Amino acid sequence: MPKDLRDFWAGLLYLFIGAAALYMAKDYEMGTAVSMGPGYFPIVLSGLLILIGSISLIRSFIVEGEPLEGFAVSKILYVTVSIVAFALVVEGAGFAIAVILVFAISAMGSKFFNWKFTLGIALASSIFCSLLFVKGLGIPLPIFGSWFGM
Amino acid sequence: MELLSNLSLGLETALTLNNLFFCLVGVFLGTAIGVLPGLGPTATIAMLLPITFGLPPVSSLIMLSGIYYGAQYGGSTTAILVNLPGESSSVVTALDGYQMAKQGRAGKALATAAIGSFFAGTVATLLLALFAPPLADIALQFGAAEYFSLMVVGLVASVVLASGSLLQALGMIVLGLLLGMAGTDVNSGLERYTFETPYMAEGINFVILAMGMFGLGEIIKNLEEEHLRSAMVAKVHGLMPNKEDFKRMAWPIIRGTGLGSLLGILPGGGAMLASFASYSIEKKISKTPEQFGKGAIEGVAGPESANNAGAQTSFIPLLTLGIPSNPVMALMIGAMIIQGITPGPAVMTEQPTLFWGIIVSMWIGNLFLVVLNLPLIGIWVKMISVPYHFLYPAILVFCCIGAFSLGNKVFDIYLLAGFGVLGYIFSKLKCEPAPLLLGFILGPMMEEYLRRALLLSRGDVTVLVTRPISATMLAIAIIALIVVFLPSIQKKREEAFHEE
Repeated sequence: MPKDLRDFWAGLLYLFIGAAALYMAKDYEMGTAVSMGPGYFPIVLSGLLILIGSISLIRSFIVEGEPLEGFAVSKILYVTVSIVAFALVVEGAGFAIAVILVFAISAMGSKFFNWKFTLGIALASSIFCSLLFVKGLGIPLPIFGSWFGM
Repeated sequence: MELLSNLSLGLETALTLNNLFFCLVGVFLGTAIGVLPGLGPTATIAMLLPITFGLPPVSSLIMLSGIYYGAQYGGSTTAILVNLPGESSSVVTALDGYQMAKQGRAGKALATAAIGSFFAGTVATLLLALFAPPLADIALQFGAAEYFSLMVVGLVASVVLASGSLLQALGMIVLGLLLGMAGTDVNSGLERYTFETPYMAEGINFVILAMGMFGLGEIIKNLEEEHLRSAMVAKVHGLMPNKEDFKRMAWPIIRGTGLGSLLGILPGGGAMLASFASYSIEKKISKTPEQFGKGAIEGVAGPESANNAGAQTSFIPLLTLGIPSNPVMALMIGAMIIQGITPGPAVMTEQPTLFWGIIVSMWIGNLFLVVLNLPLIGIWVKMISVPYHFLYPAILVFCCIGAFSLGNKVFDIYLLAGFGVLGYIFSKLKCEPAPLLLGFILGPMMEEYLRRALLLSRGDVTVLVTRPISATMLAIAIIALIVVFLPSIQKKREEAFHEE
């Protein structure tokens, strides 16, 4: 059993990313020393990352560390789902709806969540942001999108 | 005198109505966001970067630096009034500042912080004006090999001075360098790590990375430890310190300024280290060390001057060498590149109005902070009481819009979400995101310099160690790495970051 779970997982993560990066870089040309190819730097870096990951992994079995705190999975979900929702609907349903969705979904992640407040603020922000960013600053997004036949 | 003519050139630039306005906006926005709960300066600047892209380069950089030291300033306000340091460099300010506020001396603490910061800002601006030109002269003689080694030193120093695990900081740097490789290779036109999508052809935008790792990561962390901030903000009155107070704060301010100016130049957590170091020095040489932690004015004056001086002098490596000393400076480099400016020693000779305009505007910005903020303290106090659960959804919306507006790509919003999760996971694994961002910005530059160095030396790798300046820098980097990995030093280093 690893004695330091944080070192253990960080090491594993580095090892995985390093190996993936090395695998992807296998087709990139190494070049020669005089003219470094596009593969040279990525391959050296992936190798380094694999090395650091391995050291971290080995160390996790030797050196005692602080315990790993749990991950707040639900909080991660509220935040990321709200952003993904924005990205999913912003072109179809439009900017106004996307803003409301971010507010509604992310606000549920708070202990102090309150439907009425959230909806009020979401509506106000949606109108405000639509006017400011789409009308005012000309960000190329529809306020109401193609799903509404507009 | 050359210095005077340079400064007057800077004054001309900084005092145009346009630039004064953007300086003011930057300082105001920075303070506001520094005061608002749960947003550090890196996340703030990343979020506000897209707004400045439409401005002319000088105005945009003036505004960004305004946001930076404005946020520093706002951070100390919350540290004093509600014991919540807005960022790591005002952690120590909270120790005595909040105690002062509890004793009804909040006004004095705020004024002390303002006076100390202003003094430090003025001195650091002068230092910047004095030392930048000779440094840039030296740097102009650097070749590709020297630049490569210099960047290695910069990255190593960011590991040495970062808090947390050394090994993980190294890992984060390499990961950052690797992420920086994504996109089309400038030399061969080959698309690397793009997963064959056209959206990745230009690589990952540094704003997305910073917004995700710092901004979203922070939000998730804050939600995890969410609690209502007490609306009981100490009433602020009696701003002016008396004669006795001035006497007590004078030397700590001067010492803090000196210490901060020095440490700010070093890559890594300059401002933060400076404030910690200043606090422990003041405590050590004080005749009444028992007062520290119970509302000693020296404990506010020293660290506040130190972190402001450090924040200011961290511009020296940025403007003269094009090397970022902290994540915020890394963002500034990114902003410069987007504005079509190649960061480095040539900026000063090729764009003197930009260079001197920014320097003078920093001093003006500091003046704005003092003049504006003490009278406006009422507004800031109100902003402190904004509940976090109203705030973060708005921040998320802002991040989404910012991410999209960079390249008008919805794909970037997904990328943002991904980096948010990654940032949170890494923070749980005691991996700091700051070295990653530095590596990410420096990665493509390092590759290019190494390529050029090897081309010039006809493929001889020893060029890095046979050129004396390059060799010296690499030696410094290696010695620094060996020294911090020594167990006894490692223990001392940990203690330094846990100073209380």
